Amino acid sequence: MTSRFHTISVLVENHAGVLSRISGLFARRGFNIHSLAVGVTENEAISRITIVAEGDNYILEQIEKQLHKLIDVIKIRSVKGAELLSRELMLIKVSCSPDKRAELVAIAEINGAKISDVSQTTMTLELSANEMRLSAFEELLKPYGIKEIARTGVIALQKGANSLNS
Amino acid sequence: MTEKMTAAKALVKCLELENVSTVFGYPGAAICPFYDELTHSQTEHILVRHEANAGHAASGMARITGRAAVCCATSGPGAVNLITAIATAYMDSIPIVAITGQVCTDQIGKDVFQEADITGAAEPFVKHSYLIKDAQSLPETVKKAFHIASTGRPGPVLLDIPFDVLLEEIRFSGAADYAKLPEIRGYKPNTAGNKLQIKRVIEAIQEAEKPLICAGGGLFNRYAFTLMREIAERADIPVVNTMMGISSIPGEHPLSYGMIGMHGKPIANRAINECDLLILLGARVNDRAVLALNQRELKVIHVDIDPAEIGKNLPATIPVVGDIYTVLEQITELLPEKKHTEWNKYLRDNAESPPVNPQYQPQISEKTINPKNFIKILNRLMPDDTVIVSDVGQNQIWTANNISLGESGRFMTTGGMGTMGYSVPAAIGVKKAEPLREVIAICGDGSFQMQMMELATAVQHNINVKIIIMVNNRLGMVRELQTNRYSDNLTAVFLDGSPDFIKLAAAYGINGDYLTDEKNADKALITLLASKKPYVLQVSVDERAVSLI
Ligand SMILES: Cc1ncc(C[n+]2csc(CCOP(=O)(O)OP(=O)(O)O)c2C)c(N)n1
Repeated sequence: MTSRFHTISVLVENHAGVLSRISGLFARRGFNIHSLAVGVTENEAISRITIVAEGDNYILEQIEKQLHKLIDVIKIRSVKGAELLSRELMLIKVSCSPDKRAELVAIAEINGAKISDVSQTTMTLELSANEMRLSAFEELLKPYGIKEIARTGVIALQKGANSLNS
Repeated sequence: MTEKMTAAKALVKCLELENVSTVFGYPGAAICPFYDELTHSQTEHILVRHEANAGHAASGMARITGRAAVCCATSGPGAVNLITAIATAYMDSIPIVAITGQVCTDQIGKDVFQEADITGAAEPFVKHSYLIKDAQSLPETVKKAFHIASTGRPGPVLLDIPFDVLLEEIRFSGAADYAKLPEIRGYKPNTAGNKLQIKRVIEAIQEAEKPLICAGGGLFNRYAFTLMREIAERADIPVVNTMMGISSIPGEHPLSYGMIGMHGKPIANRAINECDLLILLGARVNDRAVLALNQRELKVIHVDIDPAEIGKNLPATIPVVGDIYTVLEQITELLPEKKHTEWNKYLRDNAESPPVNPQYQPQISEKTINPKNFIKILNRLMPDDTVIVSDVGQNQIWTANNISLGESGRFMTTGGMGTMGYSVPAAIGVKKAEPLREVIAICGDGSFQMQMMELATAVQHNINVKIIIMVNNRLGMVRELQTNRYSDNLTAVFLDGSPDFIKLAAAYGINGDYLTDEKNADKALITLLASKKPYVLQVSVDERAVSLI
């Protein structure tokens, strides 16, 4: 069995301590988290955690079963490739003297990124995309000098009409 | 009628509504409001001498009653001392509700005196925990705690309650408010097994030529072992057990072949290695037991309440997730009779253990006795419904391998965690619940010294447990390991400096005796069994005696 990345959506009770229970479980069972993102759902009492974890199918099965044992976990679904709608938001601050601005604006436009902040010496761009496109965008900006990057971690929904609530 | 009362009082009322007759605990400032209210209740408090032992006593009580039992401790050091017992109950799947006091809500996180983040610290070892910050939610939280601890795969639940919350007034009407279980969205344990899977189980048993049941500790939930015995008899299936499963089938039962694993019986391991269908019932097959299984093609039926256990250590051909009692009921409804005469005859013919390698024969020097024989003598003399609680170490292996309980006997040990110091407090918990049964703790001189303060608990509360200490002046199990794996380079296993345990018992006002000669074993044990008070028997065992077969 080969190791690969799995995207797992988890609905949990929205109260203090839940995140530490989840991250503690991953740590003590030796599961590798690649990224983790949390936010409240349409129901205020419920949060949605999206975890990208690495492992073979046995590990994935154990992750799901062990998560299930947490009383605060309401629902879990690991979404497979073709059904997966996933996005991550990246903020990226690059060195940019006034004479380079036009060039960077063009790059942003071609890639569907937004300009979110400009200073005398820098420009901050924002891009929401899947992981691969984010990496490609980062590569593209490297020659300008990357000063800082912040990424949210992947969030995901299943494509089509189905939802985790149903 | 809805009354106003402090949350502490409501907590005591909730325990009464849960029919909790006994709380094992140790007080301190933070939990005093609860203690204050407890004095007005029928619920009795047993003062232990160390918080871990409050947890172990609750574990013993829970195991014998099949219901969640309660222990409590104060904030900070008291709570932290409880962790060993919580972790032990977790690994052994025992339902306990642990209540800890906590510093005031507005002080939490400020490192004030006797503050410990106990819900954080205990997180890896609890089935669930609650830090109760909203006093009004206390009754429903207690209700959830008992429900979670005792349903599904049983385990410890921790309730951490700040001092100010205990003192806060809430509205609580008692029984009426408490009757309904609040919705717990994320907790819906399976009960019945999937019908299709049950059908596959029946088919597999029908087809198998050499089926084998491996009985685990899960079978003690709701006396499910009675159904297991029925299934084994109806389909003529031999039974082996894990250490946690000892006493789920009588030792003398014609289908019983004893304990598997590294310390198990050769015939039990042989049965596992040669069967064509392995039926795991409430057994986790942890790594020690799995050692006995080689990696061969084997059909495995695994019945467990915890889906995460199925396929974790051993791939299951037919997984059945469900409450073991319900699943076994489903199986008994459909299972036809069958004979496996040849397979059983084969096992029976080979059941006699091969002559023990002289190297492995327990040494019996002067003034020591053969521990295996000793357990057999005890087995012969004790009442049928005796509860044996063994500690950890060589004493545990000798007991596990040589005790042979009847229909009503019960064996307990911490097979999952292996916590030294478990036997005496757990026996206290068992005896408190079942005062008419003989309850005997068996431990080593090392483990006894981790729990000997509990002699006072037994005396103070008239809990008449019997204690057998196997004295070899060594941490015997580790000594044996060092002999076998580290060229007999013995270190840190010598117990010189230990007291004379009978004199120590006498200091507590407890009678006891020394046993140094097998000839006197009957007499010594008859005296122990006849005692109406706690009693300690110190049994001398050779320092080189071995436990491996
Ligand atoms: C709390 C704890 N500490 C350490 C161990 C490791 N350990 C397992 S068996 C054993 C020796 C037990 O010695 P004793 O109680 O004298 O029993 P014996 O093996 O001699 O029968 C030790 C130290 C343990 N199981 N539990």
